[in-house]
Amino acid sequence: MAEPVDALVRFKEVQKSYDGETLVVKNLNLDVARGEFLTMLGPSGSGKTTCLMMLAGFETATHGEIYLDGQAINNVPPHRRNIGMVFQNYALFPHMTVRENLAYPLEVRKLGKAEIEQKIARALAMVQLEAFGDRRPGQLSGGQAQRVAVARALVFEPQLVLMDEPLGALDKQLREQMQYEIKHIHENLGVTVVYVTHDQSEALTMSNRIAVFNDGVIQQLAPPDALYEEPENAFVAQFIGENNRLLGKVQAMNGQTCRVTLDDGGDVEALAVNVDQVGARSTLSLRPERVTINPAADSVPNVFDARVEELIYLGDHMRTRFNVCGHDDFIVKVPNAAGHVVLEPGEVVKIGWKAEDCRALDA
Amino acid sequence: MAQATLDMGVITTVDGTPLKTKLRQAERRNRLRSFGLVFPLLAFIMISFVFPIGDMIFRSVDNPVVAQHLPRTLAALENWDGQEIPDEEVFSVLAQEMRVAAEAREIGKVATRLNYDLPGSRSTITKTARKIRKIEEGPYKEVFIEADKDWGETETWSKLKQVGERYTISYYLAAVDLQRDATGNIISQPENRQIYVPLFLRTLWVSLLITVICLLLAYPIAYLMATLPVRYSNLLIILVLLPFWTSLLVRTTSWIVLLQTEGVLNDILVWIGVISDEGRIQMIYNMTGTIVAMVHILLPFMVLPLFSVMKTISPSYMRAAKSLGATPSRAFWTVYFPNTVPGIGAGSLLVFILAIGYYITPALVGGRTGQLISNFIAFHMQSSLNWGLAAALGGLLLAGVLALYWLYNRVVGIDSMKFG
Repeated sequence: MAEPVDALVRFKEVQKSYDGETLVVKNLNLDVARGEFLTMLGPSGSGKTTCLMMLAGFETATHGEIYLDGQAINNVPPHRRNIGMVFQNYALFPHMTVRENLAYPLEVRKLGKAEIEQKIARALAMVQLEAFGDRRPGQLSGGQAQRVAVARALVFEPQLVLMDEPLGALDKQLREQMQYEIKHIHENLGVTVVYVTHDQSEALTMSNRIAVFNDGVIQQLAPPDALYEEPENAFVAQFIGENNRLLGKVQAMNGQTCRVTLDDGGDVEALAVNVDQVGARSTLSLRPERVTINPAADSVPNVFDARVEELIYLGDHMRTRFNVCGHDDFIVKVPNAAGHVVLEPGEVVKIGWKAEDCRALDA
Repeated sequence: MAQATLDMGVITTVDGTPLKTKLRQAERRNRLRSFGLVFPLLAFIMISFVFPIGDMIFRSVDNPVVAQHLPRTLAALENWDGQEIPDEEVFSVLAQEMRVAAEAREIGKVATRLNYDLPGSRSTITKTARKIRKIEEGPYKEVFIEADKDWGETETWSKLKQVGERYTISYYLAAVDLQRDATGNIISQPENRQIYVPLFLRTLWVSLLITVICLLLAYPIAYLMATLPVRYSNLLIILVLLPFWTSLLVRTTSWIVLLQTEGVLNDILVWIGVISDEGRIQMIYNMTGTIVAMVHILLPFMVLPLFSVMKTISPSYMRAAKSLGATPSRAFWTVYFPNTVPGIGAGSLLVFILAIGYYITPALVGGRTGQLISNFIAFHMQSSLNWGLAAALGGLLLAGVLALYWLYNRVVGIDSMKFG
């Protein structure tokens, strides 16, 4: 394996088991580049938090090595790893003021009083909480506490910051605002961030790269756009964004594309991504916004009759549920643009899509 | 405004009743119901708590016996200067009243009361009373002094005057080893009669020691209970509570079995050769026995408040401290420990207050040197029947506990205390 020169964190053949019977993390190999914002995304129980805890030093790897800046850190206790961490429930010390919380890592490092003051002032300015230094965590709102937690993880200038679902306790609007703030802090400081979340929109907004975890394995490691546009397997396609799934069997392979016969009838021309041979079962993945209603003749290879089952008005688009080839949960997003088609429930229309928008993945 | 109108500054409902009146009416049912629910408890507290304590405090200053039986003597002594013994007139009044009291078989009470403040004066009164019943009339002065020469001392008369006060502080003075001399100045008791102040100090010191030992033992147990996985922590909780469900007497007597000179522990020590058969250690019927047994009995009162506080401390605090670079011990002392202070305060206060008034364990295993103030209160209640002194000792104990409570509230704040 080629050694990337700027890998700050490296997991090498890491395995983790709690009970000696099942593996929570199965053979993890992952490099995190210096200055990167990498998100571990996955459902609960997928092993992402365990990976983060192993990196922070609160869990020991059952097998394999974790390197930080080229040094194996398996036997380095957490307090000597110099890794900043933001916890799910902030973990601000309730008996200390905001200022004392921020001073804690600096005092541990025996910095001078003036230097501590200066760094605290800078950290508070960074999260725009200059006026809140003397408050206790209990007197802060959720968003303010979150900012303090971020500032505390950064104030001692670690090269790596870990974040364990830090925005989980905030309401939606605040969460989105904090996503941008954390993203901007990352960009301004150039610090490396490993971020754990189960919220895909959070991952897509903030990350340079996303590692999608399921069942202790990284399903796909890719930048956000590639993850959404080019999912490599059915789990990723299903987990990231909305997705229509059509099940079928591969009928013919023609280079880049293949022909899949659906279980409920109908042949679909699709991009062969994760199918290897004729006769294999496959899941076709199709994004709802890539379906055209009443396509011009011969513009797309896949055209089917579809009956409108349900219309949901969502402002900027109309979420439309069709019955296509026996699937009555086929979703199409019809944009609320000028001159869009007007549909009625029960109406039968033609819908179609391109072969390259429909990805044939593993079953 | 549809529901409330603003009229002349008074907010009213739609039909014109002032909003406050309406609100009171609407809430009245709820208030009555809550009061009805609380009433049995309120009555119970009044009958079993407020009234007895009030009665105790009253008894510690109440002094009716002498004032009731010798009112005219006391009136005659009103203007007595205390320089020399009173004249015949006072003697004859006293003689008449003593005769009446003796016939009513009440003179013993007077004698006992005077004896509290003037030891040895019991016989002075009873002897004289017997004499007086035999003679019909005076002069009495010589009869009195002949019956007991103490009647020729001014101290007897000034003491009689003092115990004749309807309300007295002499019980409180006695409770802190003080007394009044013939002229009413407050002086200390003779050296050999000073027992209560050393006893109070000993009680405070022992309670403090027990509290500290309990804290040292309970802290790790509570920590384990709060941090271990549930199946282990449940077992620990049961182990802590199990002694709680056993009778106090059984627990105390089992310590006797363990610790006595021919007991299990001494036998083991002799058997493994640490001590010789002659050198068996006296571990019970002294202060050691009192401390060991009381620590054991009071330990759950320390464990439970600590546990309930530790349960609320998120493990992520310690992790956060470590991730910020603190060594595990530093993380403990700067982050974990400060957050357990409310539990330490609650547990210590609870154990200390219980220890300071503990009676049964010192009575059973304390022997002669392991007695605490409560045992002396019981002695005065049950044996010497000096209820006034018992009440004064109890009142001082109560005042001490209240003072501690006040101090705790000032320093830590009672609101932050958690009992679980």
